[in-house]
Amino acid sequence: MTEKLVIIGNGMAPGRALEKLFETDPGRYSVTIFNAEPRVNYDRIMLSPVLSGEKSFEDIIIHGDAWYIEHEIMLYKGHKVVEIDRENRIVRSEQGAMAEYDKLIIATGSVPFIIPVPGHKLAGVLSYRDLDDVHAMMLAAKARGHAVVIGGGLLGLEAAAGLINQGMSVTVLHIAPTLMERQLDPAAGYLLQKELERRGIEVITKANTKEITGTDRVEAVHLDDGTIIKADIVVMAVGIRPNSGLGKEAGLAVNRGIVVNDQMQTSDPAIYALGECAEVGGMCYGLVAPLYQQANIVAAHLGGDHGAAFVPQHTATRLKVTGIDLYSAGDFGEGEDREEIVLRDANAGVYKRLILKDDKIIGAVLYGETADGPWFFDMLKNKTDTREMRDTLIFGQAYQGGSPLDPMAAVAALPDEAEICGCNGVCKGKITGAITAKGLTTLDGVRAHTKASASCGSCTGLVEQLLHATLGDAYNPAAVQPMCPCTEYGHDDVRRLIIAKGLKSIPAVMQELEWKTSCGCAKCRPALNYYLVADWPGEYEDDGQSRFINERVHANIQKDGTYSVVPRMWGGMTNPKELRAIADVADKFQIPAVKVTGGQRIDLLGVKKEDLPGVWADLNAAGMVSGAAYAKGLRTVKTCVGSDWCRFGTQDSTGLGIRLEKFMWGAWTPAKVKLAVSGCPRNCAEATCKDIGVVCVDSGYDIHFAGAAGLDIKPTELLCHADTEDEALEIIVALTQLYREQARYLERIYKWAKRVGTPSILANVVTDRDKRRAYYERFVYAQTFAQIDPWEERVNGKDAHEFAAMAEFGMPVAAE
Amino acid sequence: MTDWIEIGDINAIPRRGARCVNTPSGKIAVFRTQEDQVFAIENRCPHKHGPLSEGIVHGASVTCPLHNWVFDLATGQAQGADEGSVRTYPIDVIDGRIFMAAEAALVAAE
Ligand code: SRM
Ligand SMILES: Cc1cc2nc3c(=O)[nH]c(=O)nc-3n(C[C@H](O)[C@H](O)[C@H](O)COP(=O)(O)OP(=O)(O)OC[C@H]3O[C@@H](n4cnc5c(N)ncnc54)[C@H](O)[C@@H]3O)c2cc1C
Ligand code: SF4
Ligand code: FES
Repeated sequence: MTEKLVIIGNGMAPGRALEKLFETDPGRYSVTIFNAEPRVNYDRIMLSPVLSGEKSFEDIIIHGDAWYIEHEIMLYKGHKVVEIDRENRIVRSEQGAMAEYDKLIIATGSVPFIIPVPGHKLAGVLSYRDLDDVHAMMLAAKARGHAVVIGGGLLGLEAAAGLINQGMSVTVLHIAPTLMERQLDPAAGYLLQKELERRGIEVITKANTKEITGTDRVEAVHLDDGTIIKADIVVMAVGIRPNSGLGKEAGLAVNRGIVVNDQMQTSDPAIYALGECAEVGGMCYGLVAPLYQQANIVAAHLGGDHGAAFVPQHTATRLKVTGIDLYSAGDFGEGEDREEIVLRDANAGVYKRLILKDDKIIGAVLYGETADGPWFFDMLKNKTDTREMRDTLIFGQAYQGGSPLDPMAAVAALPDEAEICGCNGVCKGKITGAITAKGLTTLDGVRAHTKASASCGSCTGLVEQLLHATLGDAYNPAAVQPMCPCTEYGHDDVRRLIIAKGLKSIPAVMQELEWKTSCGCAKCRPALNYYLVADWPGEYEDDGQSRFINERVHANIQKDGTYSVVPRMWGGMTNPKELRAIADVADKFQIPAVKVTGGQRIDLLGVKKEDLPGVWADLNAAGMVSGAAYAKGLRTVKTCVGSDWCRFGTQDSTGLGIRLEKFMWGAWTPAKVKLAVSGCPRNCAEATCKDIGVVCVDSGYDIHFAGAAGLDIKPTELLCHADTEDEALEIIVALTQLYREQARYLERIYKWAKRVGTPSILANVVTDRDKRRAYYERFVYAQTFAQIDPWEERVNGKDAHEFAAMAEFGMPVAAE
Repeated sequence: MTDWIEIGDINAIPRRGARCVNTPSGKIAVFRTQEDQVFAIENRCPHKHGPLSEGIVHGASVTCPLHNWVFDLATGQAQGADEGSVRTYPIDVIDGRIFMAAEAALVAAE
């Protein structure tokens, strides 16, 4: 007698199980399937090509009606099962259809997770799971309009690409800082975002949806930060949840999914759970490869073979968007026992990263060129020892077995016509010709004579190899000091390329400039963060984690881990109210030391980290803001009493000092900047050893700069004379901006000035009024984003995590 | 058998950042890397007791904020020319929740 097999859900997993079962045990079971979707089994994975119009539904059907007839399967299309009666072994659908079973498979898949924000039930809010969703999206697309896709994972991005193909404009909202962060490291996520943006898809990361609004149907999506995006449809693709409700109601063991043993049996041995709804070994799977393995096990078990058991699998991911090649597999985190090999080819948009442990591949991320993905994945699964091919591994399978690839040999082998510099169209022959004919020995020489690598600079490596190949050991490339071991580029090149290539984030710089580490180091990250802050005001979002602790918590760390707090005292002036507030704060928080600093203000030393917000709140309340005593930024403006009081004072030095400080506070600079204004040449404010100093004279203002009185002692140079206070201010501000744009990170003004030369500084900020004005205006513009008191921001809750412990454990209760 | 205590959600720690867990015998620094790995080490640099949780996190390493020693978060070993190490504590992350071995938390630096 045939046994009765009932299946709930007609997705890809049970489809595969039945194929296997009919192969091994044809005729053993009579099969009944209930499917909530009113259709046969189709390839859900291929919904994206259907959405983008590249395929039709017919193309993706796995089992057509004929297949069900051939195997005498009773398929209830559009029947959702609402009850499993385990006692009588009967299932019942919503419409009342019933079927008895000897064996039951629950294969109900997953349900899309819908973020329960206000408005999520409005018409026009869709999910992306089945053909109905695709049809709804295609229908909406006919009216063009704007689609907002919430979720920048695999599904969301495929939906976005499909919708833009259908003629809609599309915004993708993603909560994490980079796309597909579960499959991709930030560098690959960045490349992907760039490519999607090139296709016209707007991508907003760190986007937290607050609400969806509309009267009859969706009209807009509102974000936490106040952004409002108009929307004709909203597609939520933020994740899936195992559809395990039916199992739970039937009293089966259920965690996230329906719990099964490694034979895919639930807590009731007559019932299997299979596919995305099943939880095996504590894991639920959402890609078909492991689900197909599960299907094989269920089929074997039904056929009486109880030997097969599910083994957890690695899965590889590909994004199915035509023209975007992306592949990721395994584990790509870093760790002490891991090594990484990174290959970046900025020109070709290629990024590859392999993670090795004990010489075996444990993870791979490939972008732009993924042909070797399966090969790497194969080695990952087989735990292949890669020691032998280590040097060429990242180049892929094609380079194995043959002679190892030496980059020098590769360049030497290029024909003379091969183009080296794409920007300026310079071929190899022209470069090698110039090297020999003109006796060039440096990269700068080649740039000057041939223009090769003089624009975007991304062929610099090739040009250097040509120099090397042509000159042999006579070539000494060490002329440029790299920023740090993460890169070959020096600070100047990095600054130039950030502008030339429009790089606006740290991952962007690291990718385009072929960083050798995935995450930089404590040397390069703060420098890059400064360059980006300075070069893209208003566009670049400061990366707090790339700042030194002092700049992250806006106080100076002390040797015992406490902090010092220095409020601004504009131009060194204070008053009883401020002094009282400082005294009160010192009492209230039991601050152990109060000191007058060398910079004409008061330092509160020994503040506990967790007290910082409280201290700031009280100082803010008395009208004081951060003195930035910690910052690579404007520090103090020392003044003397000047014409207000002093019998020798020629101008209002105190007033100018205050004006300068109020104008310039908050600005980030390559290294700290200290100013002083003295009221006469007696120079009581010590203006002639400052970064920028003003000495007032009867006829106006002598502006000095490039002094030092710390590690080095150096008197200032006289830059120029200004007749009015306004003119003095404009020159000082322009000078500071020039310094901000040109200097290397941590280079004080006197060192920068020595490097670039006073004449070039004069030409930019003194002799040419238009240029001066332009620098001045760029500074003013940047200040609109910089003059926010960091203390007040934090008192209001920014970075609250910085100031509180994550958890507290009390004293252990009496040990046993 | 190890008892695990939940210390919080992974999202309470910024990527490339750290938070502290206060225990009766000192602070434990819990780090989250760019790639969401979580490590816990003693929050006390062997050089001059710098609070390592305040350092810049890069890869699976941290640079001490006081004098720039670099520590491997997984082993607690100082890198490069510097010699020394910090204690590491076992951590488990399940569904974004971070767990620390109870003994570690309670007898941190016994
Ligand atoms: C508090 C103060 C000493 C004092 O008690 O007076 C001070 C304290 C520190 N100075 Fe200073 N400097 C202080 C005025 C100076 C001065 C005098 C001045 O500004 O008129 C100089 C010489 C001028 C100069 O800037 O070059 C000075 C030259 C330095 C240097 C050497 C810089 C150089 O490039 O030559 C450093 C080290 C560095 O920056 O790398 C430094 C670094 C430091 C640090 C930040 C050390 C550190 O990295 O932790 C100290 C922080 C202690 C704290 O938490 O408050 N401090 N330091 C002064 C704060 C002024 C203020 O109100 O903000
Ligand atoms: C757009 C898209 C792209 C994808 N791309 C990939 C990819 O590239 N690679 C990859 O490996 N995976 C991909 N996936 C995931 C893959 O499709 C799924 O993992 C797989 O289809 C799951 O199979 P399943 O049989 O467990 O569930 P499903 O295929 O979801 O089938 C479950 C079925 O059960 C029905 N059902 C639910 N409840 C009941 C009930 N009470 N009664 C009756 N019927 C019910 C549902 O209607 C549904 O038809 C993609 C998924 C989507 C949506
Ligand atoms: S001179 Fe400056 S850096 Fe040196 S100990 Fe004094 S405050 Fe610290
Ligand atoms: S205390 Fe950590 S390096 Fe000195």
